[in-house]
This record gives sequence, structure tokens and C-alpha cells, in this order.
Amino acid sequence: MTELAVLPPDFAKEAAIMEKTWASKPGVIGWLSETGHKQIGLRYIVTAFLFFLAGGIEAALMRIQLLKPENHFLGPDAYNQIFTMHGSTMMFLFAVPIMEGFGVYLVPLMLGTHNVAFPKLNAFGYYIYLFGGLFLYTMFLLHAAPQAGWFSYVPLAGPQYSPGKGVDTWAQMITFTEVSGLVVAVELVVTTFKQRCPGMSLNRIPLFVWSMIVVSFMIIFAMPAVMIASGYLSLDRLVGTHLYNRSEGGDPLLYQHMFWFFGHPEVYIIFIPGLGFVSSILTAFTGRKIYGYTAMVSTLVVTAFLGFSVWVHHMFATGLPQLGESFFTAASLMIVLPTGVQIFCWIATIWSGRFRIATPVMYVIGFFLVFIVGGLTGVMLASIPIDWQVHDTYFVVAHFHYVLIGGALFPLFGAFHFWFPKWTGRMYSEVMGQISFWLLLIGFNVTFFPMHVLGLYGMPRRVYTYQPGMRWGNLNVLASAGAVFMALSVLTMIINFLVSRRAGRVAGANPWNADTLEWSLPSPPPVYNYLHVPTVSGLNAVWDAAPDQPYVTGMRFDRREILITRVLDAEPDHTEQLPGHSPWPFVLSCTMCIGLWGAIFFAWWFTIGAVLSGIALIGWFWPSDRELEDHILREKGELGGLELGMPEPVREEMP
Amino acid sequence: MKRSLALLVILAVVACHRERRPLAPAAVDSQRPNPLRMGDLQPGPKQLAATGINNPYEGNAYAISEGQRLFAQYNCSGCHFHGGGGIGPPLMDAEWIYGSSPVNIFTTISEGRPNGMPSYGGHIPVYQIWQLTTYVRALGGFEPKGATSPRSEEMMAKRAEEPK
Amino acid sequence: MTASTLAPIQSALHSAGPQAASIEHLWWVFFWICVVVYVITIAFFFIAAIRGRRRAEAVDNPAHDRRLGIFVSTCAAVTIATLFGLLFSSVATGNAIGTFGKNKPGQIEIEVTGHQWWWEVKYPDALAPANQITDANEIHIPIHTPVLLRLDTRDVIHSLWIPNLHGKRDLIPGRVNKFWIQADRPGVYRGQCAEFCGYQHAHMALTVVAESSADFLKWKSHMGEGAPTPMTPAQLRGQQVFLSAPCAKCHNILGLDAYGTLGPDLTHFRSRPTLAAGQLLNTRGNLAGWIMNAPAIKPGTTMPPNQLSGQEMSDLLAYLETLR
Repeated sequence: MTELAVLPPDFAKEAAIMEKTWASKPGVIGWLSETGHKQIGLRYIVTAFLFFLAGGIEAALMRIQLLKPENHFLGPDAYNQIFTMHGSTMMFLFAVPIMEGFGVYLVPLMLGTHNVAFPKLNAFGYYIYLFGGLFLYTMFLLHAAPQAGWFSYVPLAGPQYSPGKGVDTWAQMITFTEVSGLVVAVELVVTTFKQRCPGMSLNRIPLFVWSMIVVSFMIIFAMPAVMIASGYLSLDRLVGTHLYNRSEGGDPLLYQHMFWFFGHPEVYIIFIPGLGFVSSILTAFTGRKIYGYTAMVSTLVVTAFLGFSVWVHHMFATGLPQLGESFFTAASLMIVLPTGVQIFCWIATIWSGRFRIATPVMYVIGFFLVFIVGGLTGVMLASIPIDWQVHDTYFVVAHFHYVLIGGALFPLFGAFHFWFPKWTGRMYSEVMGQISFWLLLIGFNVTFFPMHVLGLYGMPRRVYTYQPGMRWGNLNVLASAGAVFMALSVLTMIINFLVSRRAGRVAGANPWNADTLEWSLPSPPPVYNYLHVPTVSGLNAVWDAAPDQPYVTGMRFDRREILITRVLDAEPDHTEQLPGHSPWPFVLSCTMCIGLWGAIFFAWWFTIGAVLSGIALIGWFWPSDRELEDHILREKGELGGLELGMPEPVREEMP
Repeated sequence: MKRSLALLVILAVVACHRERRPLAPAAVDSQRPNPLRMGDLQPGPKQLAATGINNPYEGNAYAISEGQRLFAQYNCSGCHFHGGGGIGPPLMDAEWIYGSSPVNIFTTISEGRPNGMPSYGGHIPVYQIWQLTTYVRALGGFEPKGATSPRSEEMMAKRAEEPK
Repeated sequence: MTASTLAPIQSALHSAGPQAASIEHLWWVFFWICVVVYVITIAFFFIAAIRGRRRAEAVDNPAHDRRLGIFVSTCAAVTIATLFGLLFSSVATGNAIGTFGKNKPGQIEIEVTGHQWWWEVKYPDALAPANQITDANEIHIPIHTPVLLRLDTRDVIHSLWIPNLHGKRDLIPGRVNKFWIQADRPGVYRGQCAEFCGYQHAHMALTVVAESSADFLKWKSHMGEGAPTPMTPAQLRGQQVFLSAPCAKCHNILGLDAYGTLGPDLTHFRSRPTLAAGQLLNTRGNLAGWIMNAPAIKPGTTMPPNQLSGQEMSDLLAYLETLR
């Protein structure tokens, strides 16, 4: 029988049992068998950040090459590999996985549950992503990096014009990362709809969690398109099909349509979690809920829908019929509105809140300053005639760095600082935080603002060098100089975090007086998150909690038990048991990696990999001894825990 | 840790012959092979048969791709079509009238052969003859599959029938 | 060695033709509206931030929220109106440009075919197809005349972009894209490939010479003439070098037994401003260097190096000098 009751605070014995139930196993096997969401989430974040550094080094190499006209620092072959690696790393190996990592880490905490819905799948998603990145970089070291750009247009990326295994590597890396993305998307959707703590009806879900739901649905609909686009490319290159061969009835534009049908939602997948970060940070630093919750949620959903209707704006110069293209101008302009409404709601929140300043909020201010510029240059690019002039020039490079760095990176760095005390239990150094912010803001603008001018002045994209006398030299020097500041900013932030992890001031549970559930836990949170599943009484879980806020009792401490609630109003429904440690996700990632990596060389590896993966899946689903025991006990009715049915949630007092 | 670092360095240095892309051909790519001797008599001490370059582009994907381009541009396809043969013999079957080793094919292209094969030596650079050699060997199935592209961006001719 | 003194201002903000001028005008409309929007939004933000700093306590009640609602709704409405205005102006400009040359008499038609990494240019003659003029890496057009460009490619996707005259259009295999350009001021304009097309995408430029109708017709008729007969012994020897060396396999010279179609047409190439698609100024020294070892200058180019003796080279250069 579930009771929601006020209970005395000391649960040392129960906590010890929970610790043991959820504990990580030691050693290498233990590390590879981990299924806890916080550990996996942090691995995503750390790995993605390392790829970010790699992408940054690639960018630095590009900026050195472009310092002066006809520079010989990098030849065309090397430069083409490096800019392709930079784009592919940043888009596929950093931006999406780091947002996924934050989702995996934060969403169960914000929902009041112990883990994501499918812990083994979660671990698998991480390993397959890691292997995809290692695959790409190993091929890079073997001089077999892709060279056709991060979106790899055919026929340049086709079998005739890109010899070797570079583009095949790119296409297969997409498979790894898209599987990882789909895995996280599916589990976040299920976790959010089925594992919210009682009281957290749909209209009380934190805005960050809404952003992750929206992103998850976008991933589910967008990833298949790139799967097809890259799959067809692999077929053309490895099997000899003619899907993109015009002479035999294929069409290079088919690739562009399919790629950008994914590609445009991809950038929203990257930037919408940033919007979630901004909402979380602003709630804490204004001391009030974000104004216009319904508008905030609906604009996220509308942005997601509209994000699927604008892809042809990447193709305005291809000679498609102009009337058709104009519809995409309209949609690309329309998509400004929902994000604009979000911005106005935030401004309204700041106006009426008690606005405090610290590093996370500085990064949010940076978001406003930078992202809005990017959004406005996006408005310019939505216009077909203007796009005809600036498409494929440095103007577009400036635009997308303003929206991606402004819209995703600034909020992400703000999120790093915001949740750092929760992860580590210690405060970062505020001085170093401010320094890293100002270095980034200044460095970013010095690097990328001149690129708007470069584009208007005729400098195309993806050029490994340029002619003297084109009047581009000085602006390129400026852009390269700004990159130094950006590098220093990231370095400062890394030092800040590494030092503060050990030596920072102890943070306590809620140093920011923030509102979501994770701030009610000690810092860092216990491995099991919540000893008892909490309940919420309002949108701002911590602020709206009564002093005697009820929590759920009657669940087992000696099993990894989670509470499943109903979709609309989060009423308790039943309990389920989650699996514990398992090496099988890692094993499956290895077998899939063998299959996918080998397949670009010799088709039978695909079959070998599939057979091995089948064996790994058998291992994955084989019930453990404990699960068998529990099954038998449950059959006999001796397992205990929640009964099926609708227990009445009982409250002592109404607030 | 140190071992994996060493491995990475070795990998980077060795890289991968398939993925070499000599955009500006090196001197070694322009060496002619030692002559393919048709008999035993030589004026002077016998030179070792194994000296002289074999094929600097063996297994090289870029060379095969360039060879494919040159095959069309120098109108080899005018007689050999896309490997299936026509006026000239097929290049995709198992029958090699003058031999299928790289030196044999190089000599065929460079010196010409009776019954209609022109002599390209001196008309096109030596490294391009090596690229064509490698492509012709790829047509015959002698090059690693990983370095060969399965199709071109043009209209495909039918493949020659498999030999019995 | 490079095209430095030649390069004019290749810029979308220095329009020399009606399409580029409309786009430039539209750009400034968008630019100023966006600047105003940005300034207002950031101003609102900072006003809100200052107000928020001054509060001792956050305000969160329905009455206050109603006022906030008016603010947000007004901003949203203004945003919608602005977006519609921008939409209409953009579509109107696009329509005007898109139908620019339709039904205008006296058009010139030019076919541009993209190659890795040079531009093949043909002036077809509908009445006498044999009079087609073939050129490379440059276009001559008369001012005040709409010019229809038909775009095609021999290999990968390229993009023709002459910012002073118009936006860009892609050259896609299997499609023939068409658009009109027009120059209203005489001058030399530079265009460049704007779709990543491989190793030397950075060195694939095109020169557009806009001149008076009279000059254009003079140029065109000169282009229709074959190469002059070599006069001096050096030129004769040079012609032989051209025919016997790999040159004639790929390059065409009108009036000579050289029908190569793989590389740029050389009949009048010494009159072009640049070599190697805009990478080198068209001087004797640069030409010699290019012939000797093109891949060293433009790695990846399909033009091979040539082993010519000093005598052969100087004879060849003497002959090539006549191809103006």
C-alpha cells in the first residue's frame, strides 16, 4: 500500500541499502557495465567536450592557414580534410551528444526518478557514439578522413570524385551517431512521459525537460532522413548503385533534399536544449517562474514543427522553381516568431524578477547578445535574392556560428557553471568564470563578425586560400586573432573547473536557490538520486514545496525500483524494476562497431557484425538470476511493493 | 597509455597507401620500369630483373580514380569501351594477351602493340601511364576492392560476360 | 605571380547591374530593419535587467502577469508585421529578378560549363552553329544588354557567382540552370566558384568584361577568327612543339590540327587577363612556369607537368605569344 505521509527524517539504514543497490561496480568491468544515468550522462559530456577541443584545434589550423593570402601552411588536401573534420566533429560528435548528455543527466533528476527508462540502452547509446567518434578519428590519422565537407554533396562525394575510404567513413560515422541519438531520444521520451513523480502533471514539467522532449521527437523524425541520405551514398560508393548518378536516372539534388530535411532540424536539435538551459538559469537568477509557461512550451513545439518545413532554404541557389522556393522563404521567416516569443517572455521574466548576476547569467546575457544577431542574419538569408548573393560565402559561416555558438554554446557554458556545484559539490571560481565569459564574448565577435563583411565582399566558403588584392587579408587576420581569445576562454574555463573540483568552496544543495527537483538533493547527488520518490505541488518544485511535502513510501530499497505514473497528471500507477549492471551494452557496441567499420571495406563484415550483435542481444536480454527469482516470487504473490490499482494519494494538509 | 600513443604515431606515419593523394606527382612516379626482356641475351653482365620501379601506384585509390578520368579523356574507351572491349580487347576478362602485370600493362600503353594499340609513350607523362595502368588492373580485378570505385558518374556499359 | 593587381572589388555591395542593384537595395532594407529590431530588443533586455537588479523581491502575480502579457503580445504582433513586410519585399524583388530577361529582345546567350577547376564558355550561334565561339575563364558582355547564362557542368556541382552583377546559381550535373545577368557600367568584374568542388575550388575564378556594344562585337568577331599563321622560325618550331607534345591532346586551337576538348580553348588565350582560372596573371614568365609544372602551382590540377628543353620552351612561348 502506498502511503504519502510525513515521516521522521532519519533514513540512514534505508539509505545504506539504497547505496548498495545502486552502487557502481569497481574495476574496468565495472566501469564498462555501468548503467547509472548520471555516470553515463557525464561520460557523454566529457567525451563530447574532448571532441569539442579536437574540433577547436581543427578550427585553429584553418585560421592559421587563412591568415594571409596564398599561405602554404596547409595544402588543399589537408585543408579540405580539416574543414570537413571540423564541421563533422562539431555537429555530430560534440553539439548533439553534449546536449544528449545533459538530458540524460538532468532529466531523471528533474522528474524525481532514479534512472532513465532503459538503462542498458542508455549505456549502449554512449558506447556506440564513442566508437563512432573513435572510428572517424582513427581514419583521420590514417589519412583517410572525409574531404567533401560536413554535408558531403554528391557528386563530389560520390565514387568517382572522392576516391578512397574517406567519405565512406563519414557516411558510416553518421550511422554510429544517429543510432546514439535515436537511443537517447527514445529513452527520454519514455522517461518523461512515464516516470514523472506524482504531482508533476504535464503543465508542471520544467522547461528544460520540455526542450528535451521536443528535441527527442525531432531526432526521431529527422535522423531517418540522414540515415537514408548517407545510406544511399554508401550504396552508390560501395555497391555501385546509381541513386545519385544523373546519367542513369538518379539525381544529385535528391541527396541535398534528404540531407537538409535532416540538416535543418539538426541545428534546432542543437539549439533548443540551449533554450532549455536559458529557462533554467533565468528561473534561478530572477527568483520567479518564467513568464508565459504555456507560450514557452507551445513555441518550443511550434519551432520543432516549423523546423521541418524550411530545409529548401539551403538550396535556394540550385535553380529550383522560384515559386516553390518562396514558400520556404515564408516558413523560414515564420520560424523567427516562436523563438522571438521565447525571448520576449524571458525579457518579461527578467523585468519582473529579482535579477542576480553570476557567471551562468553572464553566459545567458551573451546568448541574447550573440544569438539574436544570428537570428537576424538568418532572416536575411531567408530572403531568396539576398541568399543568392551570400549563400556559400563567409556570411553564412558567420550566421551559423552566431546562432550555434550564441544559441547553443553560450547557454551550454552557462549550464556548465550552473550545474557544476551540483555535479561536484563545490563552487567554481567566480572571477575565472567572468574572465572566461568576457574572453569568449570578445573573442567570438572579433572572430566571426568580420566574416559577415568578408561574405558580402565576395569571399566564398571552404577555400583553402585566397588571392592577395581581394581586400580580404586584414579581415582574415582579425578573424584569426579573435580565435586566440576564444581558445584562452576555453582554457580558462577548463582550469577553473579542474581546480575548483578539489579546491572550490563547498556548495551545498542549492547555492543558487533554484527551483527544480535536483536542487533538493545534496551535491553531488547520491547515486540513487532520491531515497523516496518526491512529489511536487507546483511548477517550481522546490519553491512550491510545502515544509511537509509528501513523498512516496512503500517502494523497495533493495531493488532498482522506479515508480511509473500516468501520462497526463502523473498519478502513481505501478512500479517496475530496472536492470542493474550489464556488460552487454558495451559488447553490443563492439560487435556493431566491427560490423559497421568492416562493412566499408568488405560487405561480409556487416553480416559477421550482425551475427555477433545477435549473440550480444541474446546476452543482453538474458534474465539475471535475481530477475528470475523475482519473477517466481511475483508469480507467487510474495514480492511486495505497490499493488496494481489506484491508491489514493493522501495529504495531511493542503498548502 | 604510452603504448597506445606509440601505436598512434606509427599509424600516422605509415598512414595508408590507399589514401595517398599525390596531387603534384613525385619524381619516383615518373620513373620508367626496366625493360621487359623478351629473350636471354644481354650485351654485358646480366642486369637483375627485379630492378626498376614496379608500380608506384599499386593499390592507390587516387591513382585509380585519375586513371578512370584519363581512360575516358584519352579515349581509351573509344576502342576498349568501358572495359568490355569492342574494337579493342576487353580489359575486364581473364585473358591478357600481353600479360597483366603492371610492367606488362605499362609497356602495352607506352610502346603500343600490334593490331591497333597506339603507343602513348612520350605523348603523355609517365606518371599518367602508371595511373592508367593501375586503373586497367582495377578493371581486371587485380587491385584491392577498397581502392576501386564500383562505378563512375556516367552511363554504364554492361559488364563483360564472366569467362567460363 | 598572382592576380593581385587585377582583382577588382568582387563585392555584393558594389553593384554594376540591375539584378545586383535590386539585391543590394533589398539587403540595405533588411539590414536597417534588422539593426533597429536588434537595438530595440537589446534595449528592452537591458532595461529589464536594470529593473530586475533594482527589485528587492521578484514579482509574480496575475495582475502583473497581465501587463507582461500585453508586452509580449505587442512584441509578437510587431514581429509578425515586420516579418510579413520583409516577406513581401523579398518576394517582390525575387520576382522582378527572376523574370528579368523574359521577352526582352536583343539578348545574348552564353553557355558556361563548369569543370574541375576552370570555366568553359561558349557563345552559341543559333543561325550558324559552326560559328560558335569557345573561350575559357572569361566572359565578355555588352553593357545594357540582358545576357542569358545557361549553366552546365562536366563533373561535380559548381556555382557561378559574379557578385557585382547578380547572385549565384549552381551548376548541377544533369540540369541546365538559366539566369540573366546584365552590366550597366563598363568594367572588369571578377566571379568565383561558390560551391565546394574539390582541391582547387579556391582557385576557380572567372573574369567578366563588360564593354560597349561596339567593343563587344569587335571582340566577338576577333574571337571567331582562327589562330594566325606562325611567321618567324621560332614560332614555327613552337607550333611543332605544341602539336607533338601533350598539349594538342587536351587543348584546342582554331585553325590548327589540334582538337583537344579536355582543357581550355587556347585560340586567343594570351588576350585573357589571367591564367589558371584567375590564379596567375597572364605573363610570359607565369605561362612558362605553368607549362613546366602546373601541379606545383595548383596541386590537383589535371594539367600535367611537361619536360621541355630550354629551346623547346622558348619556341613554344614564341608560338603561344601569337595566340592573342
